[in-house]
Amino acid sequence: MNIEDIPRRRFDALIIGAGGGGLRAALQLAEADASVAVVSKVFPTRSHTVAAQGGMNAALANVLPDNWHWHMFDTVKGSDYLGDQDAIEYMCRAAPKAVYEMEHFGVPFSRLDNGKIYQRPFGGQSQNFGGEQAARTCAAADRTGHAILHSLYQQNIRAKTHFFDEYFAVDLLKDEQGNVLGAYVFDIHSGEEIIIEAKTTLIATGGAGQLFRTTTNALINTGDGMGMALRAGVPLQDMEFFQFHPTGIAGRGMLITEGARGEGGYLVNAQGERFMERYAPTAKDLASRDVVSRSIYTEVKEGRGCGPDKDHVMLKLDHLPEDVLQSRLPGIRQTCITFLGIDPADKPIPVYPTAHYTMGGIPTNRQGQVVVPVKDTPEEPVTGLYAAGECACVSVHGANRLGGNSLLDILVFGRSAANHIIQYLKENRFHKALDENTIQKAYDRLHRWDDTSNSNGESVDDIRRDLQKVMEDNCGVFRTQDVLDNGMEEVSKLAQRLKNASITDQSELFNTARIEALELENLMDVALATVYSAAARTESRGAHSRIDYAERDDKSWMKHTLYSSEDRKLDYKPVRTKPMSVVSFPPKPRVY
Amino acid sequence: MRLRIYRYNPETDKKPYMQDYQLDNVSSDMMLLDVLLLLKEQDSSLGFRRSCREGVCGSDGMNINGTNGLACITPVTGLKEPVELRPMPRLPVIRDLIVDMDQFYKQYRDVKPFLDVKDPLPEVELKQTPEERDKLDGLYECILCGCCTTSCPSFWWNPDKFLGPAALLQAARFIGDSRDQATEERLQALDDPFKLFRCHTIMNCVQVCPKGLNPTKAIGDIKKAMVKKSM
Repeated sequence: MNIEDIPRRRFDALIIGAGGGGLRAALQLAEADASVAVVSKVFPTRSHTVAAQGGMNAALANVLPDNWHWHMFDTVKGSDYLGDQDAIEYMCRAAPKAVYEMEHFGVPFSRLDNGKIYQRPFGGQSQNFGGEQAARTCAAADRTGHAILHSLYQQNIRAKTHFFDEYFAVDLLKDEQGNVLGAYVFDIHSGEEIIIEAKTTLIATGGAGQLFRTTTNALINTGDGMGMALRAGVPLQDMEFFQFHPTGIAGRGMLITEGARGEGGYLVNAQGERFMERYAPTAKDLASRDVVSRSIYTEVKEGRGCGPDKDHVMLKLDHLPEDVLQSRLPGIRQTCITFLGIDPADKPIPVYPTAHYTMGGIPTNRQGQVVVPVKDTPEEPVTGLYAAGECACVSVHGANRLGGNSLLDILVFGRSAANHIIQYLKENRFHKALDENTIQKAYDRLHRWDDTSNSNGESVDDIRRDLQKVMEDNCGVFRTQDVLDNGMEEVSKLAQRLKNASITDQSELFNTARIEALELENLMDVALATVYSAAARTESRGAHSRIDYAERDDKSWMKHTLYSSEDRKLDYKPVRTKPMSVVSFPPKPRVY
Repeated sequence: MRLRIYRYNPETDKKPYMQDYQLDNVSSDMMLLDVLLLLKEQDSSLGFRRSCREGVCGSDGMNINGTNGLACITPVTGLKEPVELRPMPRLPVIRDLIVDMDQFYKQYRDVKPFLDVKDPLPEVELKQTPEERDKLDGLYECILCGCCTTSCPSFWWNPDKFLGPAALLQAARFIGDSRDQATEERLQALDDPFKLFRCHTIMNCVQVCPKGLNPTKAIGDIKKAMVKKSM
């Protein structure tokens, strides 16, 4: 087919990704009467937001005293002072409204006796700037993500949002000035390619947990939007910070919510010792995730692990009343019964730190505009391009995300990006002309996999498996220069191998082999960003723990990393330490 | 492990056929999806949907030895061999185990599955007691996998007129929500010989629901609400 013959569709706004971030933005835009197209490689309710369990943070003070400023402090501290304080203030102030909106959209939040939304304690939460434990996480049992994603999809049905379900986005399209003007996509069902021209494009494609072998993430979490951004010349920010959730089911990866500890569960080692008391005397099992994950890793490393191979610890819930388990944690209870044959009401759950969340991503400001360094300006918006949610880096999570802040992030910044887009559309009423070269590039990227002359090329499956192993071995909970250098070398080799890979399935109909090849290309670019950024950062901060540089180094490293695909170059920009209205929280030693 | 899998690619196959597979490296703690992922490494042309691997996204509904279920939470132990896998019944097949779910999603949209509050909204949450909220348990957890509707004979006979168990469960979810103010319209819209009343309580839906939900009971509750309304 000739490029001129590819059908074109025109919308005001294109959203790539139909998880919570994309759907929140879509709803806002549809209600503002913008024509909006949502492209998603899976039916919207299959997006990974559906798997979020514990809840969404907001200082509602329904259970214990609270206010947004305490939430802000906890988030800044949790980020190990790498979070941008203007964005954090914005998010924490917006949080109560974001929750009430979701409630009005129909989310079946669990309730307190007085009829208000139930809130549970979560890790890293405090009252009064580091005092007593807070209870800030609004929950729908342990299915909060499911409840939120389904309610948002339902509201989009009401608003008649235009969905392109099971369409795969290949690449962003631009004009000659570099303005982003839509995307090249294809229908997974039929293989039909189309060009979606849009005045604005929002990337909301989620994280890249498939970088690792053992992960809580769905198989679809392959960093597609991040790959697209890199190929469009946008750097990725802070990719060295990858969160390992303390309680994935050992060896399998299924998530056991932090809410399990919030409801009173705790971790024990082989001696039955409640070891978190040693690592975090005040917060104990509800310290930040990076702290708890390192503690579990250390217990196992020092020989106090459980099981025949001493390779995990135990999460105890069997002391909790059964009605608490059934009303507050029914989902994880069922998961344990299904996958382990263990009812947590009777027996503890074997857990181990598991790859969970991409703190880094596409750099944006708090209006969701993608920002890149131009000459002396560190943050110049890319006209027409937005990002929100896990694929973006605002950065509200800095070096370590607090549990309950990611559902909040997607809703607050999905909404704020949409509001900025609405404004932009008022001032930019016409479609600009595409640069045909960018169409050609996207076309070439897709059709590179049609080449059957290379039928002896390596399989996509082999390379993906090797990549996940390399990342697990070289970019895990604890890191050293040697291991990271080796990781850079190994991932570079894999990237080279991928260039010679091929697929045998050439069908146009629901060709999942082709999808997986395109996904692996995205994942590979994200892996390079992650390991190159990590090898350069010679300090320990949040989730990036260096054995050879054990301390945080604010003098040299209180700055954001920017990785570009071109020459795999690293650049840096300052942390925005100035909040919108309150006094800045200066870096302090982080103790829980 | 031996498997027999329904294969059909309309681009290349004149008609569907069953393909036999043999897989040696299957361990007893695996789920059926793990087996399918291993098979796919051998035969990349095998088509099926999958995502979360833990039974919350609803992608991998299929017919397993004659019963609908999710591959990712179906343990391989206890499955009779050869394990026979077919697409979910009565929906058009796109390819292999992948069905076109448009009809199913249309039924879902037809019941207006969104909270409808007519009063002005407060600046905080709408209040709901724990008891009122408990009434949504067993209704809101649906993952739209399609296992129930495509196992329902009433749906097989009247796929365009009967709304099917999944959509009716959603209708019940909003009728049962103390915050919703459209009960009247919802009941009226369902008061039709086909949409609701083609449920003959065969209860296949209850048997196959991977989330342990009970659409038949939900349908019964809607009928009760209709009777109450008419009195």
